[in-house]
Amino acid sequence: MIRKMPLGLRLISSAFLIFWLIMAAFPFLWTFWGSFKVELDFFSLADWTNALFGRNTVETHGRPFTGAGYHGAWIAEGFWRPAINTAIVCFFVVCISLTIGTLGGYALSRAKARYSFLLLILALIFRAMPPITLVSGYMLPFFEWNLWGILPTTIVVLVAINQPFTLWMLHSFFQNIPQELDESAKVDGCTQFQAFRHVIIPVMWPGVITTALFSFLLAYNDFAVTSVLLSETNRTMVPEIAAFLGTTYTEGNIMFAVAAVVSATVPLFILVMLFQNRIVSGLTAGAVKG
Amino acid sequence: MKHRSFFWFFLPTGLAMLLFIAMPIVSVIIQSLYAPHESVLITVENCGPFGCTEETTIDQEATRALEEAKPLGRFVGLDIYRDRGHLAFAELREAWQSGQGIRGVIDTLGNLPFYRAITFTLVFTFTVTPSLIVLGLLIALAVNSLHRHLKGLMIFFSLLPMIVTPLIGSLILFWMIDSRGILGTALQSIFENPDLSLKASSELTWLVLIIYGIWHSAPFAFVVFYAGLQTLPSDQLEAARIDGATRWQQVRYVVIPHLMPLVTFVALIQLMDNFRIFEPIVGFNASAHATSLSWIIFNDLAGETRQLSAAATTSVLTIIGVAILLSPVLVRTWREYRGSYR
Repeated sequence: MIRKMPLGLRLISSAFLIFWLIMAAFPFLWTFWGSFKVELDFFSLADWTNALFGRNTVETHGRPFTGAGYHGAWIAEGFWRPAINTAIVCFFVVCISLTIGTLGGYALSRAKARYSFLLLILALIFRAMPPITLVSGYMLPFFEWNLWGILPTTIVVLVAINQPFTLWMLHSFFQNIPQELDESAKVDGCTQFQAFRHVIIPVMWPGVITTALFSFLLAYNDFAVTSVLLSETNRTMVPEIAAFLGTTYTEGNIMFAVAAVVSATVPLFILVMLFQNRIVSGLTAGAVKG
Repeated sequence: MKHRSFFWFFLPTGLAMLLFIAMPIVSVIIQSLYAPHESVLITVENCGPFGCTEETTIDQEATRALEEAKPLGRFVGLDIYRDRGHLAFAELREAWQSGQGIRGVIDTLGNLPFYRAITFTLVFTFTVTPSLIVLGLLIALAVNSLHRHLKGLMIFFSLLPMIVTPLIGSLILFWMIDSRGILGTALQSIFENPDLSLKASSELTWLVLIIYGIWHSAPFAFVVFYAGLQTLPSDQLEAARIDGATRWQQVRYVVIPHLMPLVTFVALIQLMDNFRIFEPIVGFNASAHATSLSWIIFNDLAGETRQLSAAATTSVLTIIGVAILLSPVLVRTWREYRGSYR
């Protein structure tokens, strides 16, 4: 857009970008590198180059890299269990919230009545509620009906909290699919559901996959709901990491927590690598539509 | 679409939101009007050889029976709203009447948990949101002038702080700013103060949390603005250039007005998200210096004694806060909608 920059501005702009790149990427690289060290190197009070070359790690383990933190977190502390729980929660949250969200978002995009606008505004208000405020409303009923602490309850709650966002996003995707498609199917004698089934479903996948990514992120990243609603044995990864902190600070096994943190970041890293363009288009889809 | 088919399409998602968002709000409001039962006391008269003594003990069985019969607790009206942990009217009145004037009231406010939390929440929301918009815009402008191949790489790394779990992101930064971590040590040597710790003072803790907030959310603003820049009308820019507009004037009078709707969108989303700030306080272990409304609710719920009523009351107050925050947007949207249908 803007034509060739003068040299001074170009330098400032590049310096600024390099600064931002370091801000954004360096903490992750540093922690990833450090997770293969012992604690004395990760927190190197004496000499910060220890963190790079791992002198204390060499002394303890004979090599500059060690998987001790990972071994401790995944095997000794049983981090594989929360990892499986997270996989279960994310899978079901994504599937359920997309199934019901697609139906609802499609209906909202095709309805012209005033209530569809009101429902969208209501969804926006619900989107603004901090999830933790809702959680305190669940506690008593869930205790009374013995639903507290188990995965299915958490899945249903996360699906519901996810709905306002999913509806908004899918609504704007469906609005981009021309109405004439399903209208003409209805003229040919299809019911509304048949029109949806045979005409809309085949063309909706790009929007649905993008929305799925964000549903996944919401379920994966959640801390407020999962930490309060799950019992100790059913915890997912994020609350488990928080619980690690309580115990590991005293035991001096902070490297377990570091290894767990790095392990939990890896899937997100892969996700961004594979779906970068979809994430960008998803973030902007809501914006462009307003 | 017919009303009937709309109903059936919308039913599952509508039901989910009704049961798990609308009903909990009602349940929270009701719960906030009830306090936990007081223990049932019984007085037993023990008569021995040296006369009779009266002893008062807790009747465990009766207490449990009462709790089971009425799990909500006892109705106390708005009492919990007025207590020390929430709006603390009595304490404020006392401070006002103590004759120290506004200063006394402000000092008292600083010691009341609810007011401390709302102060931090508001300061955080209203410093982070504008800063991240400015930073996001700067990154977007700078990336947009890059070569095509570098753009993708920049976007990839820029997305990381936003995508990563907030608790994990704050832990990663927390370990770096630890007085033994790389940033903590670096700051100590820059300021030549070996005792410098970012965790020790309230001001520095607030600063760190605010920096974290900007770091976490700037990528969102960046991506949205960057997409907006791709749709920039080139003829307007051309016209501005022919009229002799400087680079700065082009940005000021063409680019920024073009991005204005996106700025509103980002501001709206970020106000909502920053108002619920919670995970960083856990991650940075900062609750001694900074608490937020969400953190108070979490603390009440997650403790050994689950204080449902206290949490519910803070929740209602938080929801009222969200409503106030959102009201200008809602009013505007409603007016536009009415306007477009007339």
